[in-house]
Amino acid sequence: MRELVVISGKGGTGKTSVAASLAVLADRPVIADCDVDAADLHLVFQPVAREINEFYSGHQALIRSGICTGCGRCRDLCRFEAVGRVDTAPGDPIFIIDPTACEGCGVCVRFCPAGAIDFPERHCGQWMISDTRVGPMVHGRLGTAAENSGKLVSLVRSEARRVAAADARSGIIIDGPPGIGCPVIASVTGATMVLIVTEPTLSGEHDLKRVMELTAHFQIPTWVAVNKWDLNSGNTSRIEREAVADGAKLAGRIRYDPGVTEAQMTGKAVVETDAPSAYDMARIWDNLGFQTLK
Amino acid sequence: MRVVVASGKGGTGKTTVALNLARAWGEPVQLLDCDVEAPNANLFLGGKVLESLVVTVPVPEVDETLCNGCGECSGFCEYSALACVAAKAMVFVSMCHSCGGCSPVCPTGAISEVENRIGTIVTSSSGNITLLEGILDVGGTMAPSLIRRLKSLQKSGTTVILDSPPGTSCPVVTTMKGADFVVLVTEPTPFGLHDLTLAVDTTRELGIPFGVVVNRLGTGDDRVHSYCANEGIRVLMEIPDDRRIAEAYSRGKLVVDALPEYAGLFTGLRRKLEKPL
Repeated sequence: MRELVVISGKGGTGKTSVAASLAVLADRPVIADCDVDAADLHLVFQPVAREINEFYSGHQALIRSGICTGCGRCRDLCRFEAVGRVDTAPGDPIFIIDPTACEGCGVCVRFCPAGAIDFPERHCGQWMISDTRVGPMVHGRLGTAAENSGKLVSLVRSEARRVAAADARSGIIIDGPPGIGCPVIASVTGATMVLIVTEPTLSGEHDLKRVMELTAHFQIPTWVAVNKWDLNSGNTSRIEREAVADGAKLAGRIRYDPGVTEAQMTGKAVVETDAPSAYDMARIWDNLGFQTLK
Repeated sequence: MRVVVASGKGGTGKTTVALNLARAWGEPVQLLDCDVEAPNANLFLGGKVLESLVVTVPVPEVDETLCNGCGECSGFCEYSALACVAAKAMVFVSMCHSCGGCSPVCPTGAISEVENRIGTIVTSSSGNITLLEGILDVGGTMAPSLIRRLKSLQKSGTTVILDSPPGTSCPVVTTMKGADFVVLVTEPTPFGLHDLTLAVDTTRELGIPFGVVVNRLGTGDDRVHSYCANEGIRVLMEIPDDRRIAEAYSRGKLVVDALPEYAGLFTGLRRKLEKPL
């Protein structure tokens, strides 16, 4: 199954606006929102959930206070600063796990001399299969201050592939997360192609280079588009030159256009409006040739 | 005082606020770039590099002459960083969270810990700002470990401003922990509002006082302001939608330097942070 992943390195360069437009232009796509800790694509497509599933991943340490002898071994062993000490009376401490710091490694559970630490499964969020006006959408929602975003991304992608195969869809358009860390790696590994949306700023340029190192490492065909290119045309030309030198193909430029925000306000993809940049996004879609890839 | 500048959505102006607040602070401040996947603050300061530190984390190493392939370590590891293949334990370093559990669970003492590089921390100086920039190696996944190390370098008695990564997951939580105040930067758009509500939930979950900065005021609508009013959240500062700010940013210039008329906004933000209501 063909998968196009839209990422950016730097946040806020227009990934989601571009991904939404490409999903509208695609013929019978499945849409996947892999930016699971700040998902926005649903604001454009107003999905109606077909199914909502709970996402459990890993475990979470929990001290049973009645059994804890207050020895503090868990605190000494924890490398994530997740064990807090509370002195109920002078010299009489109890220990508690901070669930927002616990990484679920199980060291304290294993080595507690009193066997006082439980290790239940951790609820980390939800994932949904929904219907939208352009096709099925698979999306996730990480819980507040939750862990394991990379695993939720992998799950969203594999479900999107399953839905696409079952429904004989032509390909999957994925809205990816910013950065270069584990959720990004989980979003791009094994994908057919990556489109990096950047902006003509020093930050955009710097973060593009880093994320391109990542896609080169995973040997994924990479395309680059410069959003708001006319904000600094000199930077745009330099970024494009460097991107090509580093092995990327140029997908096109998108002009600085208040119409992008206006589309967002009305819950539409840019290409569903008469914003001038709709033309730019349509050209990018044509240049990618995603639909005709073997 | 330790102030984290964060946002749910990327690209709302976190780095702009953190940098200009740091400059407008006047007195010496430490600025920590905790957006270790995409660190950008240094592009604007380009200060004199004082120190460059390689950050490592401990990961397991298996002595094959001692390993009997019993599978205790791979059974224990929650992150699938160890597997027993052909009766020997194998390490997958990129999966390892460095919890240190496998070494003591190994019954034959075959596992020791060795240091594995995850990134660097570069310290530089520019005027009143000492910048500590965390840079995660490309391909690295352990951003929280690098952020924890970066935060261990905070000086007590000094104002510290922390530039957070976007989102709401582990690297953000790691950045926010222990802060006195969180400034959430957003923009008055549907995406900005939605991700602001997620960031507010996270900040409340951690029990840290916070306020909001609205960037690019004039685009979008007033839904962010209505949300803040309904939730009793203080709007600390508004930055107008001014193309000159975006252009200065594109060239790597600070707003307070390129457009001095905005300097008062940031000194005003400092006053509000120091004298919360």
